[in-house]
Order: sequence, then structure tokens, then C-alpha cells
Amino acid sequence: MKSDIILAGVGGQGILTIATIFGSAALADDLYLKQAEVHGMSQRGGDVQSNLRLSSKPIHSDLIPKGAADLIVSMEPMEALRYLPYLSPKGWIVTSTLPFVNIDNYPDLEAVKAELQKHGHVVAFDMEAVAKEVASARSSNLVLLGASSPFVDIPQDKIEKAIEGLFGRKGPQVVEANIAAFRRGREMALQTK
Amino acid sequence: MRTKRLLLGDEALALGAIKAGLSGAYAYPGTPSTEIMEYVQGDEESRRRGIHCHWSSNEKTALEAALGMSYCGKRAITSMKHVGLNVAADPFVNSAMTGANGGLLVISADDPSMHSSQNEQDSRFYGDFAMMPMLEPSNQQEAYDMARKGFELSEHLHIPVLVRMVTRLSHSRAVVETENEADLENHLHYPANPRQWVLMPAVSRERNRQLIKDQEKFVYESEKSQFNRLEEGEDHSLGIVASGIAYNYLQEVFGGKVPFSVVKIGQYPLPVKMLKHLRDESDAILILEEGQPFIERQMGGLLYDGKTIYGKLNGHVVRDGELTPDEVARTIKALRPEAAGLKAHKEGNAPENVVGRPPALCQGCGHRDVYGAMNAALEKYPDAKVFGDIGCYTLGFLKPFNAIDSCVDMGASITMAKGAADAGQFPSLAIIGDSTFTHSGMTGLLDAINENSNIVVVISDNLTTGMTGGQDSQGTGKLEEICLGLGADPAHVRTIDSLPKLHDKIRDLFEEEMQYPGLSVIISRRECIQTARRHASAKK
Repeated sequence: MKSDIILAGVGGQGILTIATIFGSAALADDLYLKQAEVHGMSQRGGDVQSNLRLSSKPIHSDLIPKGAADLIVSMEPMEALRYLPYLSPKGWIVTSTLPFVNIDNYPDLEAVKAELQKHGHVVAFDMEAVAKEVASARSSNLVLLGASSPFVDIPQDKIEKAIEGLFGRKGPQVVEANIAAFRRGREMALQTK
Repeated sequence: MRTKRLLLGDEALALGAIKAGLSGAYAYPGTPSTEIMEYVQGDEESRRRGIHCHWSSNEKTALEAALGMSYCGKRAITSMKHVGLNVAADPFVNSAMTGANGGLLVISADDPSMHSSQNEQDSRFYGDFAMMPMLEPSNQQEAYDMARKGFELSEHLHIPVLVRMVTRLSHSRAVVETENEADLENHLHYPANPRQWVLMPAVSRERNRQLIKDQEKFVYESEKSQFNRLEEGEDHSLGIVASGIAYNYLQEVFGGKVPFSVVKIGQYPLPVKMLKHLRDESDAILILEEGQPFIERQMGGLLYDGKTIYGKLNGHVVRDGELTPDEVARTIKALRPEAAGLKAHKEGNAPENVVGRPPALCQGCGHRDVYGAMNAALEKYPDAKVFGDIGCYTLGFLKPFNAIDSCVDMGASITMAKGAADAGQFPSLAIIGDSTFTHSGMTGLLDAINENSNIVVVISDNLTTGMTGGQDSQGTGKLEEICLGLGADPAHVRTIDSLPKLHDKIRDLFEEEMQYPGLSVIISRRECIQTARRHASAKK
């Protein structure tokens, strides 16, 4: 088993939560793992990414080489495109299509979406809209986690255990909402894949 | 018994220290080192044992306090970012002269690529000129293991040990095997040679000779260190020296089977014999190191025998920014295109519809109100200069505020504004955050007060150390008293809340104080929106 994943988004969108959940699920599954994060200045509304590497064999580098990523997982469509140089030809993109516009030169959204579709292996939908249907907008990142989960070889129950572990202290309602968001995202991706 | 845990490099180092009998941690927050102290503060065992873990005012006070703990025989760590070591440079270099009693680790986290820093300085140069042994972990497990080893070295060699971290290790998580049981902390005991802690010239000369003599011992420790090793390869057309995380990138690009002989470096001073062996069996040498060409310069001098050394100085390895597996692969491919097993990935498409997304001040951040009102007040003064400082408010340089003219080092806003006013600049303003003010702004303010310099000092107080994630700020609740205590005129120490509805009032306050021909301090205050949210949700 080997999954090299680039997680992308804008500071504050919750991509590190996705990394944390994959991380504890991987630890429970006895996998090797390396996960490089961004802290500091760029967390203030700038572009952020995390390199997440999971493997059944020891991992050397904390960074994923260009052209080697199996998966780009993004909370934001333009941020998904930013990491295309890292994607392997067989790799998949799983991204929300909802743009986060905090800059005045954001490119034409239709052009962004068209460029995503050009890649072929894409799961793209509005994660926030789906999150609102099953839980609330705050669970958008859990929808994304669900949508990316069919591409990562970790059993579903281990990921759900990790979600419980992370949100457990906030009460059963929060856990249920996040599990629902995760499952819905997973279903959506399985329909596309 | 050992337990597997998922830890950042910073956290692994902190936990390693706790398990190795740590008694005190001292630090000032700074990316990428902050999580070391935060881990000690959050760890249950650390709380149970009462390990000291209060933030210090700056890196100098932190290192001195850690040295005091070491004097009393206990194990201490002090952690900082690379530019923090500049602030602590005086006690750092002199702590090699006093030596250590209890194990003392000085942890400096470098930030190549400048993710959140002003420069790319490489802490290993400090270790070298202080003549101090150094450790440089290549992965999270080594970071954990090096804490204990570092304490042992420090106590065995009677000297502090510099631990060099880098961003990609500090902020990368991996599974680490950790001990369940911790060592007992040292009992309070005094140095065997108390005289060498008094660095008067007569003592220092003696101690300096001893330190020079000890270098041989330090090299001997490096030769037999578990963190330095020679891995023999079959292809001797190139020998590679790889330190710290550069070693991982080398392993990555060959899938773990490097055809060349490699010396992996994790402990300094350099293991001379090991490197001579590599040199003798190889046609040429390649140096892979994260940061500046430190090993490369030493190899050039210490081991030079006419063989080519490929590295950053002659442009074979890129000289600025972080190393990456891609850069290591490119370098080796250019030097040895036929190298067996070099993995080649085809880079993905270059994106077309992507633009930069620079960071910005949060919506609801009080710094925004300060800059908005300040810019309004300065409309009448096109020649105004605003000297900035280090923190979230440095983002005031960017759109939409474009409000500051400088950002140099912690505290420089006040002293640069003073120097500019001395040169005839008017209006001359300084903007500094509360935590930066107590870190290094107070002494500069005293200078300005003593000469009644015609400047306006704005302390944008958000009651926290915001940029690094909201650590306690040492001046919270005391800023007015500090300014008055330093001798500022009470009529010109003005306080206001940084709120949108007070925009006109803040603007007028700036105008009034610019008109006053002397030193003014404006303290504009509003809790950081990030910590305010956290406090609100904690109350629920």
C-alpha cells in the first residue's frame, strides 16, 4: 500500500483536520506515515498545503517528489490546480468546486473548472453544499475526507473510528454530523470513480 | 515498553527531553520552533512533574535561565527559531565558555525557504564558532533519540549542545517509538569547577585553551556517534556526504538503494576519519545539506586534496531555498546521468489558471483598524515614514494598507524611527506588537524617552503572540505601566480600543500626537480575533 497525497486549501479551511484523521487511521492500521504541514505566516488566509505520505513500507522523504502524487485533495478549485506539477499521470484530483475568493485577481471560475476536468481523473463538486444537506457548512472538510477516502487503501471503519476519536469530546451529535458528512462525501466519490 | 506515537519533529524532540529527565524548558515563540515548548506545556507527565515551561520575554532571557538551571545540575532545554539565536547569541557563545553542569540543549530551528522568516541563516555556523558540539536529526525518531543523547553528551563533555532543526522536520509528523518510563530528574548539584563560570579575562583565557583542547574529544564523539555513519556503495565515481533531512531526499530518489558510498551526518564537529575514508575511495565528492554550505566549506579546507567537491558554492546544488527530492535528483542526474536506480518522475502539467494567494490580516483583526486610521491620519503627510516590526502586523506592508516602510528584526521599529527622527525625518512612526515590544522594544523605547525623540510609537496590542498561534504575551496588562516606568510623559501615553467604530477617534489621536514635538506612545488595544474565538468556544 502506498498513497502520496497533497492536501490543499486556504488557511483556516481545515485541511489539517483531514490530515489528522488520515494520520490516526493510518497509525491504527500499522502503516508508515509522514505528514509535512505549513505553520506560521501563510496560515493567515494564504495558500496552504500538506504533504501526506502513507505506506506499508518505511518512507524516506517528508516531501512528495514532483510527478509522484497519487492524489490531490483540495478544499478549493484553484488551489487544486496549484499542485498539478506534483500529480502523477495516473493520479486523481478530489476537490471542492466552491471558490474561496479573498484576492482581487482570482481567475475565471469556469476556466478553473475546465482545467480541472481536462485532467480526466477528477472528483469535483461543491463540498459545502453537500455538507449543508447532511450536517452544516462546518463539516465541508469531512465531506472532502469522505470523497477522497475511496482512493486511499485504509478500511472505512478505521477512518470512522479516527473521526470519533477526534470529535468525541465535543459530544455524540458532533460525531454523528461529521460521520454523516464523511459518508455522503464517500458516496458521491464512488458514483464518479 | 515502547509506545508508537504520531509526532511532529518538534514534538518528538520535546517528548524525548521529557523522557530523558528534563527539569525546565525555556523559550520565546518563533516559527518553526514554537511547538517544542507547546508540547512541554501540554504534556501530562510534564505537568505532573512540574517541569518549568513558562514562556520567556525573549530568546536571550530564555537561554540564560536555562543556563542557570544547568549550573544547578539539572537538565534544561531552550528553544528558538534561527533568528532568535541572534538575540541569544551573547549567552550562547559564552555558555560554551562557562560549560554546562546539568545537560543543556540549545535548540535552534532554521527556516530555509523563509516560510515565516526574514533570512536563511544556518545555525550550524554559530555552533562552529562557539566551538560547541551539535546534533542535527534527519527524522522524527532521531529527534526523539537525540534529546537523551544530547543531554548525555552535554554532561559527559561539560558543555551545552546545539540541536539544529529545520522547518521540514519541525513541522512534519511521523510515527515515533517512545519510551513509557521516564528517567529521574537530576538532583540539584553544583559545578565541579565553579571558577570557570566567572568569565573574567584571566579565567576565560584558561577556559578558552581548555575548550580548544576539548575539540579533539568532540571529534572523537562524532567518529563513534550512532548518528554518523559510512554506508559503503559499489560505485566510487562519486562519494556523497548527506546531513540531516538531505539524507532522506537522497534515499528517496534512489528508493533506498544508493549506489554510491554515503556518509550520513547527524553529529558535529565533523567525523574527520570517516570523511577522509570517503574522500580516499571516491573520485569526487557531493555535499547535500539543508541550508547554507557549512559542511562544504569545512570539507574544502579540512580535507582538501585536489578532488572536486560538488555543492552549493560551485552551483551544482541550488544555493537558496529548501532542498527537495526533485532538486537532489536533478543534481545527481546532472553529475552522474548513468547512476543506477535513480528514480525519474515526469513532472505533471504546469497549471494555467492559478495566481498567488498571499496571506492577509484576518477579518475582525484590530491591526486592520490601527492601519486604517493611521493611513487616514497620514494622508496629509506624504513624507511620513512608518517603521514596522515582526508579527502579524507586518502584513500591513501588503494591499490594501501598504502602510509600513521597514521590517528588520524584533524591536527595530522603535529604534529605527528614533534614528530617522535624529536624521530629520518627520513624521517618524513606529508600529510594534505587544509581544515584540516586551521582547526587544522596551530598551529602544528607553533610548527614545531619554532624548524625548520626536516619534510616535504605536503599540498594537492584541493581548497575545498572534503570528505563532496565540501564546501568552509577557506584557499583557502592563504596557502602560511599562512605558510610564521607563519615563514616558503620562500626557503622551494614550490608550484606545482598536475598533472600527472608533476609526475617527484613532485617526485624530494619531494627528494630535504627531503634532506633539516629542515622544508619544499610542497603545491601541483589541484581543486577537483568533484567540478571542478560542476563548469564546472554551467558555461554551
